[in-house]
Amino acid sequence: MSTEILMPALSPTMTEGNLSKWLIKKGDTVKAGDLIAEIETDKATMEVEAVDEGVVLDLLFKEGEANIPVNKAIAIIGDPNEKVEVKKEAPVEKVIEEKKIEKNIETKIENKKDDIIDTPSPKIEEDRNLSSEEITMRQALRDTMAEEMRKDNKVFILGEEVAEYQGAYKVTQGLLEEFGKERVLDTPISEHGFTGLAVGAAFKGLRPILEFMTFNFSMQAIDQIINSAAKTLYMSGGQINCPIVFRGPNGAAAQVAAQHSQDFSSWYSQVPGLKVIAPSTPYNAKGLLRSAISDPNPVIFLENEILYGLKGPVNNDINFSIPIGKANIEKEGKDLTIVTYSIMLQKSKEAALRLKEEYNLDAEIIDLQTLRPLDTETILNSVKKTNRLITVEESWPFGSVGSEIANIVQRDAFDYLDSPVIKVNSADVPMPYALSLEKLYLPQVDDIINAAKKVSYIK
Amino acid sequence: MKKLQKVDYIKMYSFMLKIRRFEERAAQLYGMGKIGGFCHLYIGQEAVVVGILMTIDKNDSVVTTYRDHGHMIARGLDPKRIMAELTGREDGYSAGKGGSMHMFSKENNFYGGHGIVGAQVPIGTGIAFTHKYNGEKNICRTYIGDGAMNNGQVFEAFNLAALWKLPVLYIIENNKYGMGTSVDRAAAGLDLYKRGEAFGIPGEKVDGMNVFSVIEAADKAGKYVREGNGPYIIEVQTYRYRGHSMSDPAKYRTKEELDNYKQTDPIETVKAEILKKKIATNDEIEKINKDILEEIKNAAEFATNSPFPKDSELYTDVYL
Repeated sequence: MSTEILMPALSPTMTEGNLSKWLIKKGDTVKAGDLIAEIETDKATMEVEAVDEGVVLDLLFKEGEANIPVNKAIAIIGDPNEKVEVKKEAPVEKVIEEKKIEKNIETKIENKKDDIIDTPSPKIEEDRNLSSEEITMRQALRDTMAEEMRKDNKVFILGEEVAEYQGAYKVTQGLLEEFGKERVLDTPISEHGFTGLAVGAAFKGLRPILEFMTFNFSMQAIDQIINSAAKTLYMSGGQINCPIVFRGPNGAAAQVAAQHSQDFSSWYSQVPGLKVIAPSTPYNAKGLLRSAISDPNPVIFLENEILYGLKGPVNNDINFSIPIGKANIEKEGKDLTIVTYSIMLQKSKEAALRLKEEYNLDAEIIDLQTLRPLDTETILNSVKKTNRLITVEESWPFGSVGSEIANIVQRDAFDYLDSPVIKVNSADVPMPYALSLEKLYLPQVDDIINAAKKVSYIK
Repeated sequence: MKKLQKVDYIKMYSFMLKIRRFEERAAQLYGMGKIGGFCHLYIGQEAVVVGILMTIDKNDSVVTTYRDHGHMIARGLDPKRIMAELTGREDGYSAGKGGSMHMFSKENNFYGGHGIVGAQVPIGTGIAFTHKYNGEKNICRTYIGDGAMNNGQVFEAFNLAALWKLPVLYIIENNKYGMGTSVDRAAAGLDLYKRGEAFGIPGEKVDGMNVFSVIEAADKAGKYVREGNGPYIIEVQTYRYRGHSMSDPAKYRTKEELDNYKQTDPIETVKAEILKKKIATNDEIEKINKDILEEIKNAAEFATNSPFPKDSELYTDVYL
């Protein structure tokens, strides 16, 4: 009786892993609890233990093999005295079961990742300095921080696990090694305290980059962000500014439930004194983060965990930046306008493809990039052209960024509208844990298509 | 302990008296409707900030609570412009946009004036972090009210300051009441100076009605912090003669309690010492009194004649 050892899912967002090292070899006897391999995930390299006992009959992947899907068999253990038959074809029953698992995984990935379309926008393709190599958003963010830290000694980074652990999401990988512990500081789990400390340091002239492990934890520190960072320039009659970047993943990850999946974009966008940025690609992440670090004001920089692995070309000029307050017309179109940001850009692009194919609707997509200050001009110009607008975002519906856009558009372009503005948001409930409910909660491509049909009066 | 010169005695007396006369005038202007909102007076606590002031370097930084008028005067800032901020005029230190609780002077390393109880503690710790990061020998004095000593972020800041050995001197101004709640009704354990013990931060308690005791403690603590040993806590036992703010009748305490503290009035104590040591004569002191009264009167005059901020100022200073 042989047992397959499967590639394990070692993080909520992991869909595949790299086999960095085998700790066993063919013929070894393993007991439950023995270490068998080192697997590199999207976040870290981790050791995997055996659950079953037996002799290693076969290793199905070589060391160094990459992108092995979760739940794929990587080794076989069993009783060597039995006649060993490494089956090329699994028994029928097994196949069905595996299919189920794969389907489950697929749903999970589909839910999160397959709407991510990484075709560069026309603007990006025009960029002459575009890299031929594609890098992940994670690396784009990392590189930009490193470049800015090389330029200016006053820039430093602090947060939980940013140094020795190399970042909870590996965004700060290698920074400790290059810049040392004076400029890359692990903090205790103490958001209120270290946020206030960073704000004080910024008042005194340093330029902190503060990583929240996720923006959910920024709630612990929101008093310092709003009452201290955002307001002191005003309260001091222009004397004391606060050049700080608060960055980290915002919004839903995968099945981490209500307290760890929340979109704070409209919360922070409400506050005068803050600037709020939400990148959607490695390209704009790089340009926008550089602008954020250089800005003399407090900037909320909302990343997205699902997007950290998204690959795309970037502009590698160490002075390349994208101005804060400028939206990007991701795709031109004439029939309706989709205004979106962050991860919903990717879903909107998928929706736009299907709208063209299935309904012959040519959607214009605006990626806001900055939420505050909002680029109302680009939105209004687009609405004046297409006469129809939907907004797509991951936040809750009440008082969302889309709500403000709807207000601006009805005020300044009322006569251009051929239909009411429709907002696509997450469900107005706390984020559920169950995979099925999580999918229902989040805006999906079908929701965007339905909204587009509605503003176009298509049944 | 720092050796005090004759001129130091005069300086202490003058600053303490200036603070008191300023606050009395502020109370008057408040009563006349010239000052609005919240207004927290420092009367009775003058020896705390003046004592600390005698031991510091001009490049040291300071951050304090909303009871900040006296702190600004002690920092050598212009009473005219402080009062003009209280009246919400364009010549105020925050151009009329901050008010009594939110005053700053970057050029004098005075970082506020903070309206949220406890918020200034991590901020002061961050300013101290900057001194260390820049390799400067300066320290940040961070004032804390007794009320804030039950606020979580204070302990987060203590932990960080001790962990990273930051040059921060925490000064707890224990005036016995957090708004209307006495310390013994708010704090489990009345030795607030011991609240850094778990983090390895030394602390001591000082009589804040006596400026000489404050100087002695501040001198010792300041040296400890400046030498790179990390943070230090001084709990200064003081008392505010007035209510929490202008709208507080202070009915939660007895008249006897107040009168008892007035027996040890910090300004009278210094004055007695000056006369005893024959540093100045009664006439010379009278001259100082008169000059200060005049200076504060002029400040009030200035603050009520300075123009209101222009309407266009509403939208400035939101972003740099």
